[in-house]
Amino acid sequence: MEILLAFLIGILYASGIYMMLRRSLVKLIIGIILLGNGANLLIFLLGRITKDKPPIIPEHSKVFLDGFADPVPQALILTAIVISFGLQAFAIILIKRAYKVAKTDDLDQMNTTDEYA
Amino acid sequence: MLAIVVLCFITAISLLFFGNYIKKNAAFGLTFLPLAGFVYFLSKLPQITNGNIVTESYNWVPSLGIQLTFRLDGLSLLFALLITGIGTLVFAYTSNYLKENDHLDRFYGYLSVFMAAMLGLVLSDNLISLFVFWELTSISSFFLIGFKNSSATSRKSALRALTVTGLGGLFLLAGALTFGTIADTYSFQEILNGSIDFTQHPLYSLLLLFIFGAAFTKSAQFPFHFWLPGAMEAPTPVSTYLHSATMVKAGIYLLLRFSPVLGQHEYWQLTLITIGGITMIYAAFHTLFRTDLKGILAYSTIAALGIMVFLIGIGTELALTAALTFIVVHALYKATLFLVTGTIDHEAKTRDVTQLAGLRKVLLPVAIAGFLAAFSNAGIPPFSGFIGKDLIYEAGLHSFQPVLLIVVAVITNVLLAYAGYLVGIKPFIGKLPEKFEKIHLPSPLLWFPPLLLAVLGLLFGIVPKLLVSLVNPALQETFIGANLVQLKLWHGFNLVLLLSLVTIISGLLLFYFLKPNNDLTKFIVQFQTISPLGIFEKIGILMTKVSLLWTNFFQNGFLRNYVLTIILVISFLIGYNLFFNAKFLWDFSTILSVTNYEIGILSVMLVAILFTVFTSSRLTAVASLGVVGYAICLLFVFYSAPDLAMTQFTIDTLTVILFVLVLYRLPKYLKLSENKKRIRDGFVALVFGGLITILSLEVIQEPMNNETGKFYAENAYLLAKGKNVVNVVLVDFRGIDTLVEITVLAIAAIGVFGLLKLRIRNN
Repeated sequence: MEILLAFLIGILYASGIYMMLRRSLVKLIIGIILLGNGANLLIFLLGRITKDKPPIIPEHSKVFLDGFADPVPQALILTAIVISFGLQAFAIILIKRAYKVAKTDDLDQMNTTDEYA
Repeated sequence: MLAIVVLCFITAISLLFFGNYIKKNAAFGLTFLPLAGFVYFLSKLPQITNGNIVTESYNWVPSLGIQLTFRLDGLSLLFALLITGIGTLVFAYTSNYLKENDHLDRFYGYLSVFMAAMLGLVLSDNLISLFVFWELTSISSFFLIGFKNSSATSRKSALRALTVTGLGGLFLLAGALTFGTIADTYSFQEILNGSIDFTQHPLYSLLLLFIFGAAFTKSAQFPFHFWLPGAMEAPTPVSTYLHSATMVKAGIYLLLRFSPVLGQHEYWQLTLITIGGITMIYAAFHTLFRTDLKGILAYSTIAALGIMVFLIGIGTELALTAALTFIVVHALYKATLFLVTGTIDHEAKTRDVTQLAGLRKVLLPVAIAGFLAAFSNAGIPPFSGFIGKDLIYEAGLHSFQPVLLIVVAVITNVLLAYAGYLVGIKPFIGKLPEKFEKIHLPSPLLWFPPLLLAVLGLLFGIVPKLLVSLVNPALQETFIGANLVQLKLWHGFNLVLLLSLVTIISGLLLFYFLKPNNDLTKFIVQFQTISPLGIFEKIGILMTKVSLLWTNFFQNGFLRNYVLTIILVISFLIGYNLFFNAKFLWDFSTILSVTNYEIGILSVMLVAILFTVFTSSRLTAVASLGVVGYAICLLFVFYSAPDLAMTQFTIDTLTVILFVLVLYRLPKYLKLSENKKRIRDGFVALVFGGLITILSLEVIQEPMNNETGKFYAENAYLLAKGKNVVNVVLVDFRGIDTLVEITVLAIAAIGVFGLLKLRIRNN
């Protein structure tokens, strides 16, 4: 499964980058989201994946008796998911706003800084 | 000493607040600042003459070994007296010279900063603080040259001077750091007394490069001399003080300081003699072609600085005595000539030597000062200039290459004598033109300072003992094991006297026969394109062009080009590394254990990704994006990450909802790019994705070290009383990080709220 996941991550990265290189603002955001998903999975994979052993200490015990999935990558990814939501939400609203003001979605027409005060 | 330097800085700062009052009522009072310094340093003279050294130390940045150690020895004292002494006269002179200027307070502020910096420079024992003060003099010089900030030439000259001297400052910093690395100390005294012989060190030539780079730019040596004539844009008191008597001598000071450490070596001698020689001849010839009094003085100052470098290069005891004597003598007569020029300019409103004549009738005391200075400059006995010139010839005669060096020295001095006559005598003789008849003798502040300096120049010649008391302690610091200096006015009839006579008389003949005119100036201006100035300007233009191209290429305003550049660079870096280090030992056997539902999820994801990328409908794209997220969510469930699954589920749902809510306010989902670009971008994206795949395949073959994970797992309950380890990590072990994260989210939320509520007026 690790090998298949590695390929899937590659595809997520490739599609994310491709979308980010488009001229449309909406596509740019979608690209960033795809790239973020890819990055999360990459961290997940590189921290090694384990089946059916969540990092939760069993009841009536103070320590793990058995193997467990590494909690560190999970903690990192959890943070990343939440932060990327902050970014996405802000970006989506920003696009909406920018479109309303600039009347265009084409990044190539939005590259002057001073026109829309 | 520290107190004086600090006092100057405080004065400068307080002028910000009390400037208005002071410039109207008490500008002259500021003269007491340099005067106090002068008296202080003069009171130390007996102590220093007896061979004592005054040291004050203050720990500035102890962790970097930088002390603010002020050390007053013979050499520092000589310069400190020049700085405060001429400073006193210049401060007094300015109070009248710029009386009507609106920014007189500003001027005094810059001048005080400069004086503090210059004193700090010559008193610093620590090389780093020396560098700091050195830069401060460059900066204050920048402000003073550009004082008339409404004039474009002024601003340009100021910038040019700052560029050249600032460049030199970097050389000095590099030199100081190199010294620090070699000697393991930044204290000059420790470097001097240490056991390291720098002339034998492998980095010797590098050290020379750094020190020379600093000295030559600051002291306007060829080919860096061109900023100094431009600096004449500054008001005349500034030219007198900074660009003739003190700041430009900082480079000379540096060379003298390092003479015992770096000198007495072939490289040192040949470089200094060559550069000094070229500078003195080149600049002295240039005086022939100028008609502006200050232009003439600028070039003759450059030539004088060349002579000093030249003498330091010869490096014998006699030559260093000559250099030190010449510094004092030159400061006296050159400052006089500058101040005389200032007064002429102030009264006659012109500095064109071809128009000035007969002013002795209206400006007698100024004329006396001018004559005295011109005589001293020409080396006529019994003026102090005579002693200076004598020593130069004697040092030349006793060097390893007497004939050549003497010829160079004599030619330079003849031309300098001519320049001196031109500035000090020409404006005052002949018939007074009608337009100057209305001139009245101005306030004593405008003629007493130059007259005093000129008389001192005469006095030092008649009583050479005064000169000795300044030069001797300085020589002991620059030449190890020097004998007591003996200066005499009369040496009897010998070759040196003959050379002096030749100089004086040739100068007079030149003055009599050669009439300066503007055609000569026009003639020399033709060569400007191939002069160092022209080349410097061309480099400047070239750099502007290159940076414009550079900016337009990289900062072209197209976001996707930035992304593309970043991706290409990262691809190259990862690819390069993988190419050389990847092992490609992938274990494909695990693929057999993949279950059906895993295959199912992966297929769903793949289809959803393709839909997201290639659909032409916004809604489809957003929905597919949601599917991708939910599929990832399932992956987290299978692979022991329930918390992630929950978070991903929530966030993904929220994102899709948000998208859908604003979807119809969003622009249409158009295909804007051409096919060619799509193929190019697709290729770049696939290469990058492929590299990431290879990278992750490589990494999962390596052994894993999860000590951190184990620590958290073992201690989650024992230390933090929680059983869900991921949660415990987030809210307990890394609680502060999570707090910051929440803050970030809050900021994003405020941003979203603001964007939604913001109303933009349509007009």
